[in-house]
Amino acid sequence: MPRPDYVAAIDQGTTSSRCIVFDQAGHIVSVAQREHRQIFPRPGWVEHDAAEIWQAVQGVLADALGGLDGQIAALGITNQRETTVLWDRATGQPVCPAIVWQDTRTAPLTHALAEHEQLFKEKAGLPLTTYFSGPKIRWLLDEHPGLRERAERGEVLFGTMDSWLLWNLTGRHITDVTNASRTMLMNIHTLAWDEELLAALDVPRAMLPEIRPSAEIYGRTRGGFPVASALGDQQAALFGQTCFAPGETKSTYGSGSFLLMNTGHEPVVSKHGLLTTVGYQIGDTPATYALEGAIAVTGSLVQWLRDNLGLISSAAEIETLAKTVDDNGGCYFVPAFSGLFAPHWRSDARGVIAGLTGFVTKGHIARAVLEATAWQTREVVDAMNADSGLDLTTLRADGGMTANNLLMQTLADVLAVPVIRPMVSETTALGAAYAAGLATGYWPDIDSLRANWHKAAEWRPAIDETAREQEYRNWKKAVARTLDWVEQ
Amino acid sequence: MGETIQSVERAAAILRLLASGPRQLGVAELARALGLPKGTLHGILRTLVRVGFVEQDPATGKYRLGATLLHLGSSYLDVNELRTRAINWADALAGRSRESAWIGTLHEGHVLVIHHVFRPDDSMQTLQVGTYLPTHASALGKVLLAYDPYGETLVPLQPHTKNTIADPGLLETELELVRTRGWAAEMEELTEGEVAIAAPIKDSRGIVVGAIGIRGAVERLAPEGVLHMEFVSYVRDAARAITRDLAR
Ligand SMILES: Nc1ncnc2c1ncn2[C@@H]1O[C@H](COP(=O)(O)OP(=O)(O)OP(=O)(O)O)[C@@H](O)[C@H]1O
Ligand SMILES: [Mg+2]
Repeated sequence: MPRPDYVAAIDQGTTSSRCIVFDQAGHIVSVAQREHRQIFPRPGWVEHDAAEIWQAVQGVLADALGGLDGQIAALGITNQRETTVLWDRATGQPVCPAIVWQDTRTAPLTHALAEHEQLFKEKAGLPLTTYFSGPKIRWLLDEHPGLRERAERGEVLFGTMDSWLLWNLTGRHITDVTNASRTMLMNIHTLAWDEELLAALDVPRAMLPEIRPSAEIYGRTRGGFPVASALGDQQAALFGQTCFAPGETKSTYGSGSFLLMNTGHEPVVSKHGLLTTVGYQIGDTPATYALEGAIAVTGSLVQWLRDNLGLISSAAEIETLAKTVDDNGGCYFVPAFSGLFAPHWRSDARGVIAGLTGFVTKGHIARAVLEATAWQTREVVDAMNADSGLDLTTLRADGGMTANNLLMQTLADVLAVPVIRPMVSETTALGAAYAAGLATGYWPDIDSLRANWHKAAEWRPAIDETAREQEYRNWKKAVARTLDWVEQ
Repeated sequence: MGETIQSVERAAAILRLLASGPRQLGVAELARALGLPKGTLHGILRTLVRVGFVEQDPATGKYRLGATLLHLGSSYLDVNELRTRAINWADALAGRSRESAWIGTLHEGHVLVIHHVFRPDDSMQTLQVGTYLPTHASALGKVLLAYDPYGETLVPLQPHTKNTIADPGLLETELELVRTRGWAAEMEELTEGEVAIAAPIKDSRGIVVGAIGIRGAVERLAPEGVLHMEFVSYVRDAARAITRDLAR
């Protein structure tokens, strides 16, 4: 019998904050969720209000833990990555809107930093793009008068969402190593802030949090239970899918989609447009690294169809709409809303719907939207196969979009490998819970976590190679049409 | 023509006005258009907001048609939406019971399987989403029939095993039992050696929009032919959790 107590995780995501309580077998006991505002002040800009997010997190904590008082063994945190929060050390209030990872306002800045491109690649493991926190911090310090001086005096603090929540929950200014690996300020070999990187981005050391492992007891909440893990959402999903051995890979389908492969204790440098990132670090054990294929827009394209076009009234209805037709009717949708991420890294790209004719209906567009997720996955899988010299044999998929059966079948068709959904599709929260449970002895070791992983569903490829290759060619033609749109 | 109720007529006029244009309307605008005092309008608007037919924009204080009204004609919940909302609880049900979990809805006299979670033993299993089950010979089907106001069964009732309920009278008695207990069992009525349990999923108005259940070997779920009640609680807990979520 499982013990009568539980582990909770906060999943502070791009569109919503969730708190999920798990039992020892990794089953969900309770869930609470709150959305927060997406603020779009101008094209290409995306902001969040960190104070609103902290409110939402407190709300979901109370909702999910209600009635479980005294039964929570540990709390873990996982979060949207790279989103940049600056706050006042004295008042604890944000000093400006948080700049979200999807925001592209730093494009001119990244061009100005081009001379350091090689440095960022070697030391931070990252391409020089608008995606990461470093340029966002720099932009805020440049644009807000007086902020840089206050940051230098340590009066204004920087943090990604993990830091912001840990600050509010425990009073400490710390971050975990996986989140730090997304700032362009941390040396991925030494796992410490790097003077050369700080100098290149002109970010003062005094505003940065202390880097800690992903799992250890950071402090206690006011409720008295230990806060014992923090991981970026994609690293948490890797952990939740129990990808503990080198070569093990998962792909998570949320607002964006992220394919991560565990590469063991050595950082591997990609030759095909993938990122080198820290996967996790449990207590004082050596860090585990990962190669990552980051796709900016997948589920958020479904959201866009709902909110901006009004073609559907809920995300799930995209499947119903897509099933009103048998194929894409010749139309392809490349959602380069924030430029193209992996494996292209083209910030000059913008979205395109290609192949339109009078024949195309909203059903075809719905198909094209789902296929866009599948083809973007195909591109990063090809890059991953090329980098690792291994061929992916099955895709372990998780996240909100895996509820979409048509998408899962399309993925299997496009990748020509079986697609597997694990028993818990909320692997992001599960991973944070696992790490917090390990740090507090709730779970004895990673083998006990592996035993919790089960296959919940499997989709097998059902189209032939000729059709697959023809569609891939069309997709690539559509991608080519997104490039060189923004004039630099 | 008999008496009519004035405030209902006024409420209808407000709804027609709000539906007539793209803009939200303030109390003053409504009062002017309808030639009524603001005080009278306030009472009617408050009532319409309470039942969800009208919404007040928190920022401007103006009124527009409410979501409840817009969905009045469509009693049906998109099956893909149901799966998306239920997926966490179906996973937990399969995990706890260690059996496969299923969600079904009624479709032209059959149960359409809209979600299927494998039995968590990592054995070879095939996804059954999109397949049909007979309503009278499955636990999911019995739940859906028991709560369906139109009560559509395909007659004659096809026997699948020697246990299948093939007599309409007996089926009606069985459905009555389902309604009193709030769950259904199917004891080797579809396939020899397999039993199933199911419970209703309701939407925010209390209407049954689907059924969730588990299916597995008789030796595990009902040794000596008697259902283990702990499996029934797992199924009912999952159904309640989804119902609670749909009410939000
Ligand atoms: N049935 C569905 N079909 C297609 N897309 C879906 C479906 N259900 C959810 N989605 C999409 O999946 C996303 C939500 O999934 P999930 O909650 O895993 O996202 P997330 O990225 O974790 O969210 P966040 O960005 O807040 O972290 C939304 O973008 C939504 O549009
Ligand atoms: Mg997420």
